[in-house]
Amino acid sequence: MTAISSPERRAASAAPGPVSRRKTRGDLRSERRAGWAMAAPAVLLLLVFLIVPVVLGFVLSFTNARLISPEPTSFTGFDNFVRAFTADPTFFRSLLNTFAFAAVVVPVQAGLGLVLAILVNQKIRGAVAFRVVFFIPVVTSIVVVSILWKFLYQPDGLINSFLDSITFGAWQGTAWLNNPSTALAAIIVLSVWQAVGFHMLIWLSGLQTIPGELYEAARIDGAGTWRQFRDVTWPGLRPTRVFVLITITIAALGLFVQIDVMTQGGPVDSTSTLVYHAVRMGYRQQQIGYGSALSLVFFVLVLIVALVQRFLTRDKD
Amino acid sequence: MAVQKGERVLSRRRRLWIYLAMTGLAVFFLFPLVFMFVSSLKPDGQILSDVGGWRAFLPVGDISVDNYSGVFDRVPVGRFLLNSVIVTTVVVVAGLVVNSMAGFALSRMRWTGRGVVLGVVIATLIVPFETIAVPMVYWVTQLPTLVFENGWIAYDFGWLDTYEVQIIPFIANGFSVFLFAQYFKTIPTAIDEAARIDGAGWFTIYRRIAVPLSGPAFATVAILTFLPAWNQYLWPSMVVQDEDLRPVMVGMQYFFQENTAWGEVMAYTSMITLPVLVVFLAFQRAFVSSVAASGVKG
Amino acid sequence: MWTHSAGNPGEIAVYEQLISDFNASQTRYEVVQEDFPQGSYNEAVTTAAAARKLPCLLDMDGPVMPNWAWAGYLQPLGLPDDLVNSLLPTTVGRYKATVYSAGYWEAALAIFARKSVLDKNNIRIPTVDRPWTLDEFDAAVATLKASGYRTPLDLGAADKGEWWSYAYSPMLQSTGGDLVDRASMKTAEGALNGPDAVKFFTWFQQAFEKGWADNAGPIGNQRFIDDAVALSYTGVWNAKAALDSVGDDLLILPPVDFGKGPKIGGGSWQWGISAGCKNVDGAREYLEFSFQDKYLTAFADSQVVIPSTAAAAKASKYFSDNADLREFAVLSQKFALARPATPGYPVISSSFEKAAKDIMSGAEVKSTLDAAVRAIDADIASQNGYGF
Repeated sequence: MTAISSPERRAASAAPGPVSRRKTRGDLRSERRAGWAMAAPAVLLLLVFLIVPVVLGFVLSFTNARLISPEPTSFTGFDNFVRAFTADPTFFRSLLNTFAFAAVVVPVQAGLGLVLAILVNQKIRGAVAFRVVFFIPVVTSIVVVSILWKFLYQPDGLINSFLDSITFGAWQGTAWLNNPSTALAAIIVLSVWQAVGFHMLIWLSGLQTIPGELYEAARIDGAGTWRQFRDVTWPGLRPTRVFVLITITIAALGLFVQIDVMTQGGPVDSTSTLVYHAVRMGYRQQQIGYGSALSLVFFVLVLIVALVQRFLTRDKD
Repeated sequence: MAVQKGERVLSRRRRLWIYLAMTGLAVFFLFPLVFMFVSSLKPDGQILSDVGGWRAFLPVGDISVDNYSGVFDRVPVGRFLLNSVIVTTVVVVAGLVVNSMAGFALSRMRWTGRGVVLGVVIATLIVPFETIAVPMVYWVTQLPTLVFENGWIAYDFGWLDTYEVQIIPFIANGFSVFLFAQYFKTIPTAIDEAARIDGAGWFTIYRRIAVPLSGPAFATVAILTFLPAWNQYLWPSMVVQDEDLRPVMVGMQYFFQENTAWGEVMAYTSMITLPVLVVFLAFQRAFVSSVAASGVKG
Repeated sequence: MWTHSAGNPGEIAVYEQLISDFNASQTRYEVVQEDFPQGSYNEAVTTAAAARKLPCLLDMDGPVMPNWAWAGYLQPLGLPDDLVNSLLPTTVGRYKATVYSAGYWEAALAIFARKSVLDKNNIRIPTVDRPWTLDEFDAAVATLKASGYRTPLDLGAADKGEWWSYAYSPMLQSTGGDLVDRASMKTAEGALNGPDAVKFFTWFQQAFEKGWADNAGPIGNQRFIDDAVALSYTGVWNAKAALDSVGDDLLILPPVDFGKGPKIGGGSWQWGISAGCKNVDGAREYLEFSFQDKYLTAFADSQVVIPSTAAAAKASKYFSDNADLREFAVLSQKFALARPATPGYPVISSSFEKAAKDIMSGAEVKSTLDAAVRAIDADIASQNGYGF
């Protein structure tokens, strides 16, 4: 979480300290007022359209509230949480799937993104065109993407006929989305396909901040391609790495649309995720109280993951 | 692009490998979209029978633009596009103003509560919209609004069925605030001080100094907020009842009747993806250099 | 007035005609139409109900009506008895003996087949009086599989949502099970996880395991039209396309008798009046006006669905006495069984869908059904029995 903590730290050091210049009391007061005034619209909007619904959800998660019901809503304490952890096997499966998905997508997408960034950062003709091509899936709606890939994954679809022809018939593929052991993997592939272009650009931005002189110096020291990467590129990308890690993790843990369009959590819960399960229970089955409780569990887990990441990637200097 | 002085020209063999790798990857990234576009020219039966082979990528067989005219019979495309353009434009433009001001205040000014606000803004990043959609529906139905009734302005409650409900909740965005804050803090503070001494107010510093220096950050945030705004789907299908106010993604559902009109789905998705591609191509140079220059560096 | 028909130009055209006729026929009321895509229609209604912004007239999928009536969205329909009695029983939505909704049409499922294919494989052509028994059906499918069809049977399993309950709960009922204990409406215990249910779902699972059916797309009837499957279990709305391409060779066969006689899901889209309607009289007047046979016939012929009155059926080009799709009307009359009229239906249906899909994908039958029963019963208990 360094990237997230750093703005505050850096902002704090960037903000004029009291010793750096003489300030009148009036100056400080006007700065305070202006600061609030300029932050106010965003803060107000976030408060009204994000914090309030989150708090509402928090309250609802301790009730038996329903989307539709003439029955009165009442507080039920921790019943919803007890139900999730003791009587809802799909919840556990969703938990597992969510983390399995993130555990694969985070390194794969980050790694592939870096490879793409290095490729399009080469000094060759047409690199810009390739950069555009790699980014095109990002600008395509994920709903559209999910529909397209559902077609491709059909048992007699393109992916299988492609596998069939490159292995000369040795491997005929499977019904990717119907098979509990392949469905999640299939969704991982399309998710990486869709989002990797974005992280390619982020990596690219990091690559372009590394001064050329460093490479020059490394070459003079006789460093080959790999050593240049290890000694110059990789350390130079440190801040970018943290940023990429965090954005992919948050997006991966919130996996929803692909599941909703392609598998509805099946087969046999093998692709159900926390957000999908929360929406299914809270919205489709109208049990808002329970759905909110599941969402709350989700927030807490993401927060824990974020804190752990922050701890692992903390600044050592 | 970072072409450094003195960097040696790549060897021919290495260049060949790079081209090969990039071409392979380009195929991987494009094939589903080629499939989409080619299929939009075919009748349903042929899409389904071609799906298992190379014919899926080739405009062969019974090619026509019938699907496109079918789309116009089924969906008021022009109206939906217009709505999406309105919603997206306002979300992006208002978002740039609101979020950049907040980013400026958070990164360059000292005020009580700044730390808390920053913490909250960052915490909002972990909330997926789907998880708060239902409480949000309840909430927007309770919000006051002004309506015109018999020539008078009156209070009413509930935002359903309006442009506001599609726009206002999505203007402020924690991620945008964060990106702006990151970028603004790279501008030397000495400039602020000089301006202050000249008697400039904070808003003037923001508008006259910070904004003009931050073109790349604005381009980045514009693209990043454009995409989700254009692709809104779950929310408008819950809160917009009037067909005249629906955005493009809701139109997708028009094709999933008892039997899905696949050719028309492909035609429609091609049509609604195209504007996004055009916007991206127009912005991509500014965008790429902006990401390169922006505070994404951490 | 709200419909679920956005994206369906044929149906919308009939509504437009009907509404302009009604608006021209009198001056007191004006009906305005708003069309929604079916995929998110229920969500739109629920949201609007929460905001108290429902229109006077809204259409709804039959089985969801009791939920909305219980929640207080709807008021009793209040149409004259002779009008209601003239409609097919399954097109009238009753909840606790009160009529809340009525529909212009009924849908029906059947097995589509080609006469030439059955003849070639020496398979008996079933009739309404002597439908296929399960053993006969199993043998027929096995024969067809051996004759070269990779998957001889299309059950429509690629679809999602209400289709699952609509299509497969009648098979369960034909075996002797049910979605819920209809006598009490308080539990699914015994109905959805009893021996009959286990027997049916074991068969269902094996149909997929043996490769008789699969859940590959596309949704609809294209594979039957292409002769990629020999038998297709699908709805009347696909019949016209099948008729156009298969012609006289097309057979419309009754569903399989799993033991307790064939069953077909009854109850399609129907109209109701919202509880908050300020113009109830106008809404009723419009509905009465709309149930004229000429409109029912127009809906039936544009959507290829069974009209809800006998007179409208007579005038229909598909469903009159000797017309090509008459068989559907007969099947519906003989075998239709409505889904249980309980406000708990949305959870029942969604639990059924999940269980059936899991079983299709190889989950253990009995424990999966037990889990579905627990989910349904917990939901019923949490709502104090939904008023039963």
